[in-house]
Amino acid sequence: MAYVEDVEHQELHEPTSFYAKYVWSQDHKVIAIQYSLTAIAVGLVALVLSGMMRMQIGFPGSIDMDSTGYYQAMTMHGMIMVIYLLTALFLGGFGNYLIPLMVGARDMVFPFVNMLSYWFYLVSVLVLIASFFVPGGPTGAGWTLYPPQAITAGTPGSEWGIILMLVSLIIFIIAATMGGLNYVTTVLQARTHGMTMFRLPLTVWGIFVATILALLAFPALFVSGIMMLLDKTIGTSFFMPEMMQFGTQLDHTGGSPILFQHLFWFFGHPEVYIVALPAFGLVSDLISVHARRSIFGYRMMVWAIVAIGVLSFVVWAHHMYVSGMNPYFGFFFATTTLVIAVPTALKVYNWLLTLWRGNIHLTVPMLFSLAFIVTFLVGGLTGLFLGNVVVDIPLSDTYFVVAHFHMVMGVAPILVVFGAIYHWYPKITGRMLHDGIGKLHFWITFLGTYLIYFPMHYLGFLGMPRRYYAYEDYQFIPDSAQSLNAFITVVAIVVAISQLLFIFNLIYSLFRGKPSGGNPWRANSLEWLTPDTPPKHGNWGESMPVVHRWAYDYGVPEAELDFVPQTTSGDVVPVHESDLDE
Amino acid sequence: MTFAVILVAIVIASVLFHFLSPWQATPLASNWGSIDTTITITLVITGIFFVAIVIFMAYCVYKYQEDPNRKSEYKPENKKLEWWLIGITTVAICGLLAPGLVVYNDFVHVPSNAVEFEAVGEQWRWSYRLPGTDEKFGRSSVSRMDEINTFGLDPDDADGQDDILVAGNQMHLLVNQPTKVLLRSKDVLHDFYVPQFRAKMDLIPGQITYFWFTPTVPGTFEILCAEYCGIGHYNMRGEIIVDTASDYQEWLSEQITFAQVLTGGTVEGLVEQGQLLASSRGCLACHSVNGGPSLGPGWLDLFGSQESLIDGSQVLVDADYLIESIIDPAVKIVAGYPPVMVAYQFSDEQLDSLVAYIESLSTESADSPPKPIAED
Repeated sequence: MAYVEDVEHQELHEPTSFYAKYVWSQDHKVIAIQYSLTAIAVGLVALVLSGMMRMQIGFPGSIDMDSTGYYQAMTMHGMIMVIYLLTALFLGGFGNYLIPLMVGARDMVFPFVNMLSYWFYLVSVLVLIASFFVPGGPTGAGWTLYPPQAITAGTPGSEWGIILMLVSLIIFIIAATMGGLNYVTTVLQARTHGMTMFRLPLTVWGIFVATILALLAFPALFVSGIMMLLDKTIGTSFFMPEMMQFGTQLDHTGGSPILFQHLFWFFGHPEVYIVALPAFGLVSDLISVHARRSIFGYRMMVWAIVAIGVLSFVVWAHHMYVSGMNPYFGFFFATTTLVIAVPTALKVYNWLLTLWRGNIHLTVPMLFSLAFIVTFLVGGLTGLFLGNVVVDIPLSDTYFVVAHFHMVMGVAPILVVFGAIYHWYPKITGRMLHDGIGKLHFWITFLGTYLIYFPMHYLGFLGMPRRYYAYEDYQFIPDSAQSLNAFITVVAIVVAISQLLFIFNLIYSLFRGKPSGGNPWRANSLEWLTPDTPPKHGNWGESMPVVHRWAYDYGVPEAELDFVPQTTSGDVVPVHESDLDE
Repeated sequence: MTFAVILVAIVIASVLFHFLSPWQATPLASNWGSIDTTITITLVITGIFFVAIVIFMAYCVYKYQEDPNRKSEYKPENKKLEWWLIGITTVAICGLLAPGLVVYNDFVHVPSNAVEFEAVGEQWRWSYRLPGTDEKFGRSSVSRMDEINTFGLDPDDADGQDDILVAGNQMHLLVNQPTKVLLRSKDVLHDFYVPQFRAKMDLIPGQITYFWFTPTVPGTFEILCAEYCGIGHYNMRGEIIVDTASDYQEWLSEQITFAQVLTGGTVEGLVEQGQLLASSRGCLACHSVNGGPSLGPGWLDLFGSQESLIDGSQVLVDADYLIESIIDPAVKIVAGYPPVMVAYQFSDEQLDSLVAYIESLSTESADSPPKPIAED
């Protein structure tokens, strides 16, 4: 632990000017807030786009949107939600805020690179938004950007939109890499006295492994983005075979469209876990704190995160069962995909066993956590349909897929985001979020999203294909499907509008919220033990915290209170047995 | 308490919805009943886990609700319990995977008695080819495609001479005949999907993909494109007509071979030439000729009508307007349609034939519509 001792002897250089403090800040907490606010802002754009799409599907022709606009909205909604909201928010937002506080560091180990990471992210968002204003508009290639279609004339935005999309992604990956190197190094090097890897809160484990996945997976997207950019701009043929375009022959020859799919999903599947693993980590901490019970099977939870992370690199082609790849690959990828369900199921069991014989406080963060379990359960179980190759064949490219991935990597992680914001907002601002508004927001969001996506699976069983602008005159689709779509749209609009409650709560509570004190949830992990709330620059004041135990000592029989902070010495309350062998 | 009750209500409502939902799979019309069985197995196993887990959660939330006088149990792990849970889950996973892989093994092994046909996709329409009496497909490539040779076959390849070309969106198949579909794309990715057959597969430009099925029910079935292929994706329609033996033979006898296309390549009559062009250059992918929905203005009764443009003005559809809209489509956009058409290059003769064809589709014109070349 040489690093922490060096840090203790270094002088803190507190920024003094407004700009150094809040704009060009190198403080991980300010960068985290910058990341989060940018991500939420761009996420609201994606939310509006989804509302427009739902209006067209539920009530065709009700808004002035042609198929070009529909496909552009569809593409930008998906890309923003997956990359620019969820990835940025979990890693850049929660990762930045919580890692140094939870491991007991003064900051990230490379604060300047950390600052650059945010500014690159902001530029990538601005380039993305700029594509709405170029001739032809943003790309409508679908968030998977499959060539040849992504760069040929039959797709919206194939002139400028696709170029800006690719450039934006490339900038984003640079930003994510700069951030990611920081998070990994900080977890490995900057932990405080006594903070062994097996005393880290699961939040840190989740974000740590997700970051490693990001560092290994994003390069595949990076190179495929550059290759497609070359295909588009200077006429190379990485992904472009000999082909026609509206009856005219193009100059390309010899490229392979399916190569792009392999590269994309080699990134794309780990990307699911780049979003899911931080959510797993965060929700484990929320459940343990609010159930007042030690997380069940901590070591198994850690190994499950690691196992999921490793396996996530050998399942990618389950997105390509009907892509025309060699069909024999299906045997391998179906097996690996179903194997990954085992550690994932174990996590669900251990969350439930943490509730069992606990003392459950149904606070707003806890409500969101429990809703996460239900939603993630549905999304995980439907994943077993799509992962099992022959079951996927009739369901792939139908609304079953749309319902599945929205449940598992849209709604479920977003519920964790909400729970985590309700949980850590007091640390960030020193004030509690309003409880009543929080509960209202929770019920509309949880029940609403369930009403949207549960029935949607059945449109998939019916065979309704996804990515359709309209469904006129298809004989096999009964009229009742349109009624269901109208119902889903109405609920979706209500849920979308209810998110204003959350935004309002964030702003209102900043000024009027109940003062929270330093540790309102009576939690153990280090971020609740800072000398100041919100924590000041350098986090820990004069001396660094000393850790004596894991973060989950809730309900220890020998202790007077039902929680034992990580800094409590073993002389005061005994350290539990499995922690001793470290 | 409330939360526990709502969790139970979610379980009950979800199960009821499953059994009462009017939205279920379309009636099966192929041999792939085994795929439906794997879905049923998956539903049962995942359904049991769903109900058990949510009910257990509701129990915990109810039983262990907040009590200031009680501490939670301190028992950080129970290795034995965890291994039991891992074991049960693994067994359940095997119960899903094993039947799945057995059926998939059938899916990847095409029976030796399967007959082949080729489905060719392009933005946003379908055409088809049969191997003819020699049961061999002739070589094809994109570089040989033109207005006459729309399939890009090699005229020097003897195997291709008897290939039967079906240019319309309709294809006929023989009932109860195992059938292998070879899939070829002229431009971007597509996917050949007939919901009642369950199976589907992508089309990839530059390579040939395949899958097999046996149609078991005579009738007409819609082909959908299930892989996003651009603005007209949702409207890339085709039809499979499953025939009994006699109907199939009758249909087959009316089809033309590649050799006939080559010799009869110069079609007589301006209207017929225009129709051939409209079909081969993909015009009909976006412009319907029967009044059906389409991405661009339909051609039925278009000639001689008044169209409203997006700037609010009116225009009379005559030869000059049509020619301008073909070679420079961005100049006058009809209200209600997206500005997506690319500029086409045609010779003056070709333009005249297209206009003649469109004119022939108007009831106001003197000529009656010509008979379709390859259909019926």
